[in-house]
Amino acid sequence: MRSTIAALIQDHPGALNRAVSLFRRRGFNIHSIAVGPSETPGIARMTVVVDAEHVEQVAKQLYRLIDVIKVCDLTDERTLQRETALLKVHAPSASRADIVALCTIFHARILDAGSHSLVIELTTTPATLDRFTDLVRPFGLKEVARTGQIAMVCPVHRERTATLTAAEESELDFEPNPLAV
Amino acid sequence: MSDRRTGAQIMCEALIRENVEVLFGIPGGAIMPFYHALPEYASQLRHVLCRHEQGAGHAAEGYARVSGRVGACVATSGPGATNLVTPIADAWMDSTPLVAVTGQVGSALLGTDAFQETDITGITLPITKHSYLVTDPNELPRVFREAFHIASTGRKGPVLIDVTKDAQQARTVPVWDVPMDLPGYRPTYEGNARQVREAARLLAEAEHPLIMAGSGVIWSGGGEALRALAERTGIPVITTLQGKGAFPDDHPLALGMPGMHGWVHVNRAIQACDVLLNVGGRFDDRVTGKASTFAPHAKIIHVDIDPSEIGKIVRVDVPIVGDARRVLEALTEAVEPRDRSSWLAEIREMQEQHEHRQSYRKRPESSALMPHDVYEAFDRIARERGGYRVITDVGQHQMWAAQLIEWRDPGTHITSGGAGTMGFSVPAALGAAIACPDETIWVICGDGGFQMTNQELATMRQEGIRNVKIAIIDNGYLGMVRQWQELFEQRRYSGTPLTGPDFALLAEAYGHRGMRVTDPAEVAGAITAAWDHDGCVVIDFQVEREANVFPIVPQGRSIGEMMTEGVAE
Ligand SMILES: Cc1ncc(C[n+]2csc(CCOP(=O)(O)OP(=O)(O)O)c2C)c(N)n1
Ligand SMILES: [Mg+2]
Repeated sequence: MRSTIAALIQDHPGALNRAVSLFRRRGFNIHSIAVGPSETPGIARMTVVVDAEHVEQVAKQLYRLIDVIKVCDLTDERTLQRETALLKVHAPSASRADIVALCTIFHARILDAGSHSLVIELTTTPATLDRFTDLVRPFGLKEVARTGQIAMVCPVHRERTATLTAAEESELDFEPNPLAV
Repeated sequence: MSDRRTGAQIMCEALIRENVEVLFGIPGGAIMPFYHALPEYASQLRHVLCRHEQGAGHAAEGYARVSGRVGACVATSGPGATNLVTPIADAWMDSTPLVAVTGQVGSALLGTDAFQETDITGITLPITKHSYLVTDPNELPRVFREAFHIASTGRKGPVLIDVTKDAQQARTVPVWDVPMDLPGYRPTYEGNARQVREAARLLAEAEHPLIMAGSGVIWSGGGEALRALAERTGIPVITTLQGKGAFPDDHPLALGMPGMHGWVHVNRAIQACDVLLNVGGRFDDRVTGKASTFAPHAKIIHVDIDPSEIGKIVRVDVPIVGDARRVLEALTEAVEPRDRSSWLAEIREMQEQHEHRQSYRKRPESSALMPHDVYEAFDRIARERGGYRVITDVGQHQMWAAQLIEWRDPGTHITSGGAGTMGFSVPAALGAAIACPDETIWVICGDGGFQMTNQELATMRQEGIRNVKIAIIDNGYLGMVRQWQELFEQRRYSGTPLTGPDFALLAEAYGHRGMRVTDPAEVAGAITAAWDHDGCVVIDFQVEREANVFPIVPQGRSIGEMMTEGVAE
């Protein structure tokens, strides 16, 4: 079982270290981690996928860190998930057409080509990336680099029966806070 | 002359602005610029030179625990800083407000394994509430302000400020009115009103409710509020080791301590209760025993200022994040009173049933000096005198102190609970003595723990401290470990027999008064003499070597399974 946690963290030296350290302390393996700027300058968004089931406690402890501004356990939320991979595949002329065909099916892009290899870029869900990787592996997979998964809660669809107050609206559009106790 | 000054001067001024009056520390290369500046501020900032940085850290903790203010300590880089790791960990576990300032090698040398460079912010990462590495003197005003704010608010805790040597040396004009930059830090103090109402309803409906008070009650100044709630509702009160003093032990509703060395009737009451209100405690495993079997019939209300404590150990029915005092006040207002005398009578009956078997509470028939003799005499004399604090170390003597002395006031019982740091008591007493110069600071420690940090006796002498009295419960063993070996490991006393110097002579060598007591008849006289003596005293109470602390719940077992005499009940 995998869990996904997203956190907004102040862009300070050591902040990421503190956050990640909480997973280490529990002996949880981090499957992937992706960090980059968020919508607010000076605040980074970290998305961690862990090979562990009960992460509520870690989520709460993350929230306790001074540098952490918000934490969301996205595991059971309806989310959009994306990850990008670069794959360098052995592609002599004999197999090249087959690989290109696969790329077409998966909407993958060929970024560069050499005499014996292709570099392919694919952005999709982590599961689809796994499938694509398995499919090109028999051709000779030389190198893979993946960004780690990022995720975002799907926007809420609700009948507009009445006009919502700003507060209600922001509540609707914001991920449920697991820490609201 | 301009307003330019060194980073070191700014550090001193920042400490003064945070109302720090005393600093415990030891200088060294990387913190020398700070020490160079210190004498200029001597009239406002007292420096206490300790004999080991661990002592400096515990002294700052002791100061904080009795005063409720932030304790401050200072050390150089490398070994100076690593010697602070134990007190920082201790402060982390017991939520003690502490700011530790360390010197660091010059910023150009960071990461090069320079002489006395250790990555102290990295080492202390998991045991600090927050930490800073400062390389620019312009950051110092904000960093110190934030550090003291973080250490002393919400769930209190240790904050480390590591300042590179060049940042201490560089000159700049300090800007003091910089805002704090802590968007992610907003402790919740007021309990959610709906949850408070729900808790009040549960308490009002309960037939067999209990209140369990932890250190949060003391830190929040909630003693009065707790008393008001208990008296309004008639609900009996349990105090944990760190909650000792939050509720007077001699109050008709006081039951005593729960957990591993708790009284039988307290643990039985927990196992029987239908609602348990834990306020300001974190369900430490020494309290809960096997957590899945703890309070099996109870709906649990957990009041804690730290949301991450809620649901960590036991399932919680009504979580309330907030300051213990404020939530207690809100609960008192919201709750309907109800007659609880039959439940209390039931517990008292349980207590009486077990009292005759609670031989551990009384001294056995023997001519030897028993630890119990010391506690009994101390409790009697202390009650007459007042104006005292007791700091205990870690081991058997600590548990006896919690069990056998009646604690009546918040902040009178101080011990290393979460970390269980042997060597805590003597240096903590140094800090407490400075914070409370008009009170008598008693240390009750073991012969093992005493030998870990007793060099601070020299600090007490140098600082002219006269109000520390140390009672060593000298059993010639690392007693608590020996007890486990006796009860659970067929008396295999591996690594526990312990010798020491002549403690009375040692005290004299340090310039204090030393006494030795071996006869039960001399105990009270020695305590009285020590109390009256104008100066520090060490009393070596040479007690029965193999006395045990009972009851005991074997580790990992349910608190229903208590041993009262070396055999499972
Ligand atoms: C720094 C440290 N080392 C080891 C321990 C483990 N320990 C817990 S109690 C104890 C025995 C303490 O002996 P002593 O100070 O003589 O007190 P007693 O139990 O005999 O009263 C030990 C070694 C500890 N708590 N702290
Ligand atoms: Mg001992």
